[in-house]
Amino acid sequence: MPCRIVVGLKDGVRDARGERVKNEIRQHLGLELQAVRTLDVYTVDAELSSAEIDAAAKGPLSDPVIQNVAVDHPLATDFDVLIEVGFRPGVTDNIGRTAREAIQYLTGRSFTDGEAVYTSVQYLLSGAIDKATAEQVTSGFLANGLIQRWTILMKDELDPAKGVPVSIPRVDTTTKPRVQKMNLNVSDEELLQISRDGMLALNLIEMKTLQSHFNDPQVQAKRSEKGLGPELTDVELEALAQTWSEHCKHKIFSAQINYEDEAGNKETIDSLFKTYIVGATRDIRNNLGKDDFCLSVFKDNAGVIRFNDDWSMVYKVETHNSPSALDPYGGALTGIVGCNRDGYGTGMGARLIFNTDVFCFASPFYDKPLPPRLLHPRRIFDGVVEGVEHGGNKSGIPTVNGSIQFDDRFAGKPLVYCGTASIMPAELNGKPCHEKQVQVGDHIIMTGGRIGKDGIHGATFSSEELHEGSPVTAVQIGDPITQRRMFDFLIIARDRGLYNSITDNGAGGLSSSVGEMAEDTGGLEMHLDRAPLKYPGLQPWEILISEAQERMTLAVPDESLAAFMQLAAEMGVEATDLGLFTDSGYYHCLYEGETVCCLDMEFLHEGVPQMQIPAKWEIKGHQEPALSGRDLQTDLLGLLGRLNICSKESVVRRYDHEVQAGSVVKPLTGVANDGPSDAAVYRPLFDSFEGIVTSHGICPSYSDIDTYHMMACAIDEALRNYVAVGGNIEHVAGLDNFCWCDPVESERTPDGAYKAAQLVRANKALYEYCVAFGVPLISGKDSMKNDYHIGETKISIPPTVLFSVIGKIDDVRKAVTMDVKTPGDLVYLLGTTADELGGSEYYRMCGELGANVPQVDSQKALHLYRTVNRAQQQKLLRSCHDLSDGGLAVSLAEKAFAGGFGICADLDKMVVSAELSDSALLFSESQSRLAVTVKPENKQAFETLFADCDAALIGEVTTAPILSLSRGSRKLIDSVNEQNKEAWQAPLREL
Amino acid sequence: MAKQVRSLVIAGNGTNCEREVAEACRLAGSEIAEAVHIAELLAGRVKLEDYHFLNLAGGFLDGDDLGSAKAGANRLMHAPVAGGGASLAEQILQFIKDGKLIMGVCNGFQLMVKMGLLPGTEQNYQQQTCTLTHNDCGRFIDRWTYLQTDTESPCIYTEGLKGIYLPVRHGEGKFVVDTDATLKNIEAAHLAPLRYADAEFTATMEYPANPNGSIAAIAGVCDPTGRVFGLMPHPEAYVHYTQHPRWTREDLPEEGMGLWLYQNAINYVRTHLL
Repeated sequence: MPCRIVVGLKDGVRDARGERVKNEIRQHLGLELQAVRTLDVYTVDAELSSAEIDAAAKGPLSDPVIQNVAVDHPLATDFDVLIEVGFRPGVTDNIGRTAREAIQYLTGRSFTDGEAVYTSVQYLLSGAIDKATAEQVTSGFLANGLIQRWTILMKDELDPAKGVPVSIPRVDTTTKPRVQKMNLNVSDEELLQISRDGMLALNLIEMKTLQSHFNDPQVQAKRSEKGLGPELTDVELEALAQTWSEHCKHKIFSAQINYEDEAGNKETIDSLFKTYIVGATRDIRNNLGKDDFCLSVFKDNAGVIRFNDDWSMVYKVETHNSPSALDPYGGALTGIVGCNRDGYGTGMGARLIFNTDVFCFASPFYDKPLPPRLLHPRRIFDGVVEGVEHGGNKSGIPTVNGSIQFDDRFAGKPLVYCGTASIMPAELNGKPCHEKQVQVGDHIIMTGGRIGKDGIHGATFSSEELHEGSPVTAVQIGDPITQRRMFDFLIIARDRGLYNSITDNGAGGLSSSVGEMAEDTGGLEMHLDRAPLKYPGLQPWEILISEAQERMTLAVPDESLAAFMQLAAEMGVEATDLGLFTDSGYYHCLYEGETVCCLDMEFLHEGVPQMQIPAKWEIKGHQEPALSGRDLQTDLLGLLGRLNICSKESVVRRYDHEVQAGSVVKPLTGVANDGPSDAAVYRPLFDSFEGIVTSHGICPSYSDIDTYHMMACAIDEALRNYVAVGGNIEHVAGLDNFCWCDPVESERTPDGAYKAAQLVRANKALYEYCVAFGVPLISGKDSMKNDYHIGETKISIPPTVLFSVIGKIDDVRKAVTMDVKTPGDLVYLLGTTADELGGSEYYRMCGELGANVPQVDSQKALHLYRTVNRAQQQKLLRSCHDLSDGGLAVSLAEKAFAGGFGICADLDKMVVSAELSDSALLFSESQSRLAVTVKPENKQAFETLFADCDAALIGEVTTAPILSLSRGSRKLIDSVNEQNKEAWQAPLREL
Repeated sequence: MAKQVRSLVIAGNGTNCEREVAEACRLAGSEIAEAVHIAELLAGRVKLEDYHFLNLAGGFLDGDDLGSAKAGANRLMHAPVAGGGASLAEQILQFIKDGKLIMGVCNGFQLMVKMGLLPGTEQNYQQQTCTLTHNDCGRFIDRWTYLQTDTESPCIYTEGLKGIYLPVRHGEGKFVVDTDATLKNIEAAHLAPLRYADAEFTATMEYPANPNGSIAAIAGVCDPTGRVFGLMPHPEAYVHYTQHPRWTREDLPEEGMGLWLYQNAINYVRTHLL
């Protein structure tokens, strides 16, 4: 008999969760309640005696000091509405899983198949609220209908004896496994219908490629050998759709693009990826010669570069935009733990050392009506932040660097970038650890979580815009603990040499992971019925492509199979032998002994036809605005409070940024531990002072003028942040993460050619600037369908590239932070300032775009950064801070209030490209600039070192905590630190 | 073999700080300092009795899914040990009886409290009388805190310390007790050696200096022997000056303040247990 265990707080114990919900209901929905209290409910569906239930309830499931517990009896009293929210059938229930394990320990008995614990939360609302409003509160805030379901009871509807009726979200498991045959010899319209109905995201050319392949007599002959007819099976169609998805195959980056520039010059580009990204790295590695520090680029789950003789560093940045739009918490959580698997699943495996995250949202204070299916930006903000918090904190990985960009176009799709760095021994058991090779005859082993219907069609879904029919099964919830256990196990298995290769199960599930690994040997034989399932009733194709989380696939040789399996069992990790890697040339899957899929490996991986994309660039004729009558002091305070500039401390403190004890420059710094660091410095080894430096650049607002300069500025921003803290400019690699709106011209995207041209221009800049700076690209990702399109409403995100860098500092004790340190220190501005306010935060605040987008002079910048590195080596810099959004005035204001002293500076001393207005001096976003402070006794040494750079002594650090900026004797800004800091801290303080 | 101090950190199922805790023990002079997966203990290949100093590290045991460290405490009490020997919880009781040392940090402190190991008054190490629950702010928080020490405490770890500065990183760090009597006993016997404080090391209930709303600003609790100790702040996170959040602007000694707790522990072992 299933029973319900209800756990509630004792009288007088503060219900922090209830209070938070009450406040958030007020903020989100404007509804003022008297009180919200919360109870936890465990629905136990297992054969247990009442004594065992009682022991569980009073033991692991409740805390006797602060909680009461009741079995099959309500604890809810004194409320107006009771809302109980639980999961829908099949949704990952981490707490339920832990409760089950706890009860198993307690009773010493394992649950049988089908037995489970399900959890739900009861919210007891007090106040004037009717059922309809309660429904709104639930669907609009407390629950997400895609993954959760709920019961709402008014106070007189609750049975006082029995409480809320038992309801078990068990998955319907009566479906029988069945393989369907697909006839592709149909009309074009029907082919497209098959693609749409199956959520396959294949276009007509691709469907017709399949059609002709399966009509090939040689293919048919081979199929009949394996017992398959001429028609392809649903398993095959799904495997092909996953492998050929934009998400997995990057068809747009591989396309042939016919580009025409503003002067009508035409050019054909055969693959942006090969031409500009792989091409840049190839040329840079050639230039570096024997100093090349790249070890593994583009071919693995993450890029690998040299750290020192004994260690290599690994970095990957992922996006998880589409799932985060539907379920911000689950989507973001899955994003970070998924990126962790990429970090672990590189080479033979690497220990995870830090995470980074960058989000792009619409304003959380957005107050216009939202089109259907979009969640309010505030909910997206809350959910994503919490998802990444749980994913990072629970996994024990510090979040050391990140940012949040705001633009209301991100209401259409939020961008959620998650990065993970890891570290591996340079050599493992005598071989380079960053290499791996599956051998013929190795067993296909899946470890970690089980397979369910969660995450089916994630890869194809994210290859499309968000539309009415976007599937709910694409949503998954991560389970950091199952993953943590798996990694604890795998790192021991790695060091013992128990496997030959490893990769993660991400997009496309087994279909992708096993399919990609099998390219080493040229074939595979996999038994889908052997895969462990969360519940019965999955179709063979669902088993193959499910993106259920926390799974890695390994190639384990015969001789170590027994040792591998025994270690897994001891460490509580499930591992299953699914078949063998072969050299048959076929991707061969069976179900209960019958062939259900037999695809030519070459066709699967190489058969996708190349797309043809037109691209036409045009100059839009933007104009510089004529601003007048503005008060500069007010403007500075306004800028400090802009969402793109203001403090993100409330978010940063929710992330553990210090676990593993390696954070040397933390996200927050300065006299009160609350100034904004430019980059993170991380010491990964206890026995060395060598460090890793990471930072990023992202400037989507420049895309509205020219994506070429957007890209150049993102690269420069990442590098100047990196150099500011002491990162070595000679030993740094980049990662490009493109998030674009659909650039393929069609009826739905009439401006596709322009968007494609924007993409081309960004890639050209990526190549040119990376080569000029000598920064190889080692990994990256693209997400190309960041549009919302329902009914008449289309929202496209601004073209956005996150450029992340990872590199080295030889001695972390020489790192430099951004805060001013001592009164009397000299303030220098490094770099040249020009009239470059186009796309700036200042113009955006004034409601303008402008035309003069900042441009990067890479040669000058590189020379400056090398000189800054030398100054850091000689310990000449007391502080160093980059100039970005908001320009000089914002940078100096931050330096001053973070350090607790003032800055007095004369802007007439600045190095400028031409006569500039006051606002341009203060707020221009000219690139490659840094503000540094230097001890007076080091003036000579500093100026000698920077003699051939644009370095201007503009002022000094003052005891009086005032930012005082003037031109000669004319004051422009005179503002106390406290006021500046308050303006900077206020906007997101309470989020 | 020369006399060696042997320190153990139990890892697995969501512990996160085992490597840096082992490193802190090593830096403090422990000749053996090992982070060992709990599977090794449950398989009987590693034995608690072979060590002097047991560390329960920070993390999220089982995701803190049933409340912080609840499922972890349940595992120590009920998970079978190979060969049908004493449970790990029983082994821990014997460890205490043997006069050895246990320090739990953050999730390790939560684990000790929920097993009933602390405050361990009247030799009772099996009854839970206090707990650590959700921070008053309702959120996880990473923030450095000043900690006032109680110089009259029997705590061997904080002996001789005037005040320390360490980070907290938790969502469930608010210390509460079942009855006023429990708090009275703790205070009377000086079993709260660390309290959240302002920058002058005066105990405070003010947020965020007191980051979670703990009663009596209690940040750490020991048993009457002073050898069994748990605290929410992370001493292993401050063993070198470059871990201090303001090391680029303050003159700091090479060793961080957190290391002092480990040095006291290792010295105690050397003096009393070798």
